[in-house]
Amino acid sequence: MSPFFIGVSIILMMGVFATLFCVFRRPNILDKVLVVNLIGTNALVILILISYISNRGACLDVALAYALLSFIAIVVFARYIESRGKF
Amino acid sequence: MFDVISNSLAVLFLSVGVFFLWVGVIGVIRLPDIYSRLHAATKCDILGAGLALIGLMIYEGLSFNVLKLLLVTLLLLSSSLVVGHVIARAARRIDLVPWQENREEKLLLEKEKLFREIFKV
Repeated sequence: MSPFFIGVSIILMMGVFATLFCVFRRPNILDKVLVVNLIGTNALVILILISYISNRGACLDVALAYALLSFIAIVVFARYIESRGKF
Repeated sequence: MFDVISNSLAVLFLSVGVFFLWVGVIGVIRLPDIYSRLHAATKCDILGAGLALIGLMIYEGLSFNVLKLLLVTLLLLSSSLVVGHVIARAARRIDLVPWQENREEKLLLEKEKLFREIFKV
């Protein structure tokens, strides 16, 4: 199963780079927050796949902490932009 | 035998999950508006990552790691809802207008109509 996991994580990594290069053209800042959310989800799945590829259980804990941190970061960013008002 | 069934189910779920993650990526790149992009991104969170994690749970079998995977899935399910609501509310409060087809042409037509009403042309 390990080559399949490697292929899946390479496909997900291509998606991450595609969003990363296409978001530079957007003028709006909330789009960037949205893309942080999308990349966070993809990176979560990639981290869990890495933990199965390399047989290391610690990566699962890293993935759990990463999900919590990205959730809190996005909520804080969105509330900050909302409170700053129109720009 | 059981091994073969669980592995093929895991491959099936992972492939569907990766498909939905790519749907989210393409939606965020291609759609014209923050609200519709938000629609695509939250679908990608719940369906894509949720199905991929369910496939990995089936692959893992019965062990302690399944509990962690279940915890990540539940966290994603609840956090995706909150993130979608918070971003949509911020976009609404800073007055981002939703996308309309031929927006400039409609504005021009309205101005022309107003001009004719005022000056009786």
